[in-house]
Amino acid sequence: MKSISAKAIHEAVRDMIMDACRLLSDDVYDAFTKAHAEEESASAKEVMAQLIENADLARNTQLALCQDTGSAVFFVDYGEDVKIEGGSLEQVLSDAMVEAYDKGYLRKSMCHPLTRKNTGDNTPPIIHAHVVPGDVLRIRFMAKGGGSENMSRVAMLKPAQGWAGIRDFVVRTMAEAGPNPCPPTVVGVGIGGTFDLAPTLAKKALFRPIGVRNADPEVAAMETELLAAINDLGIGPMGLGGKTTSLDVKVEMHPCHIASLPVAVNVQCHSSRTKEVVF
Amino acid sequence: MATYNLTTPLRDEDVVPLHAGDVVYLTGTIYTARDAAHRKLMEALDNEERLPFELQGAIIYYVGPAPAPPGCAIGSAGPTTSGRMDSYAPRLHALGVKASIGKGKRSQEVRDALQEHKGVYFGATGGAGALLSQRITASEVIAYPELGPEAIRKLTVKDFPLLVVNDAHGAELYAKPRYEP
Ligand code: SF4
Repeated sequence: MKSISAKAIHEAVRDMIMDACRLLSDDVYDAFTKAHAEEESASAKEVMAQLIENADLARNTQLALCQDTGSAVFFVDYGEDVKIEGGSLEQVLSDAMVEAYDKGYLRKSMCHPLTRKNTGDNTPPIIHAHVVPGDVLRIRFMAKGGGSENMSRVAMLKPAQGWAGIRDFVVRTMAEAGPNPCPPTVVGVGIGGTFDLAPTLAKKALFRPIGVRNADPEVAAMETELLAAINDLGIGPMGLGGKTTSLDVKVEMHPCHIASLPVAVNVQCHSSRTKEVVF
Repeated sequence: MATYNLTTPLRDEDVVPLHAGDVVYLTGTIYTARDAAHRKLMEALDNEERLPFELQGAIIYYVGPAPAPPGCAIGSAGPTTSGRMDSYAPRLHALGVKASIGKGKRSQEVRDALQEHKGVYFGATGGAGALLSQRITASEVIAYPELGPEAIRKLTVKDFPLLVVNDAHGAELYAKPRYEP
């Protein structure tokens, strides 16, 4: 059994959240620089230059990269030989999140679905926890913006539609999203599983750094093909036209029922803010 | 593509010359309102109550800013997706609102309202909230504080960088996706 104090988790998670919302990770920053170099039109170049300047500014001040600091989404691998001392996993993540959103000048964006009354402290976080063998506790965080989340879609395709159907659904989803989700986007795709698992796979895929392909060469080839097809749409940075509509596409695949072919597209904006801590 | 420096409030003479693709640097007073604030504004109009700001010539910025860190007038403050305000925008343009600022596509109804009432829809760079906050010199909550980030704020802006996305002549700037089913 490995014992980890709730206090240690709280502090690490709090700091991780504040950093994620202000310090753009290197893979995303490098992708901005590359897009800036490759774009030809003045407007696309200008948007990329602004995004680079924005990232530099957030890094050197206390300003968040984007005012929408998101729903607080966690993916946790909870080793079965781990014991948290002094609190439950859910409580410690929620408390750390509340402190981070307060101390880090982050926006509180959660509200009642119908009355639209703000919960006031960004609670509740959205937590996906999985029990895994061993004594490791891995906590991944994503600040998930609403504008890109709104353009996400799920479809229950017919098995006969196969790859062509999947490809068309993904590309059509991005064509319909157009300028709305703050392109250049990162696109998470979940193929298979069940009605609920496909979107979770799509979201989980977004944690993989830009440029890193799926370990399965067949899935990696799908990612490359989808990225090229999406960039052929010509939507470009902020929808003003250009070569870079998406920075990357991440696919995760899972076996599904013989009757089904679930596909989910989780759209992530250029402000792709993820971070992890491991105990 | 032309560049204009405009000051608020906007008049027909300011709006009519603008064409999709033009760059505008805006200086003066603008008002923030997003989903929940629009709902409140519509209720106020239905009940014939006084509105928190003068609509004539007004510019509405679709934004819910982040809290201001010490020494800043406002926190990160970039645009939110405008399409969610499409159902409210024509009514506000009919009552004198001249422009809105946001990101993303507008409905045909909004584009028609811009033509009919000589209005303009500006795009600001989405996700560049830290950068855009630097052009906001003052911020004050003037209505619905209970809405938190969705409260209506009066902002003072200096050379706020905008692109004309939909003009008063029916044109739109966004690239048409090359998609054929
Ligand atoms: S879609 Fe992303 S970058 Fe754009 S406003 Fe929302 S959180 Fe910010």
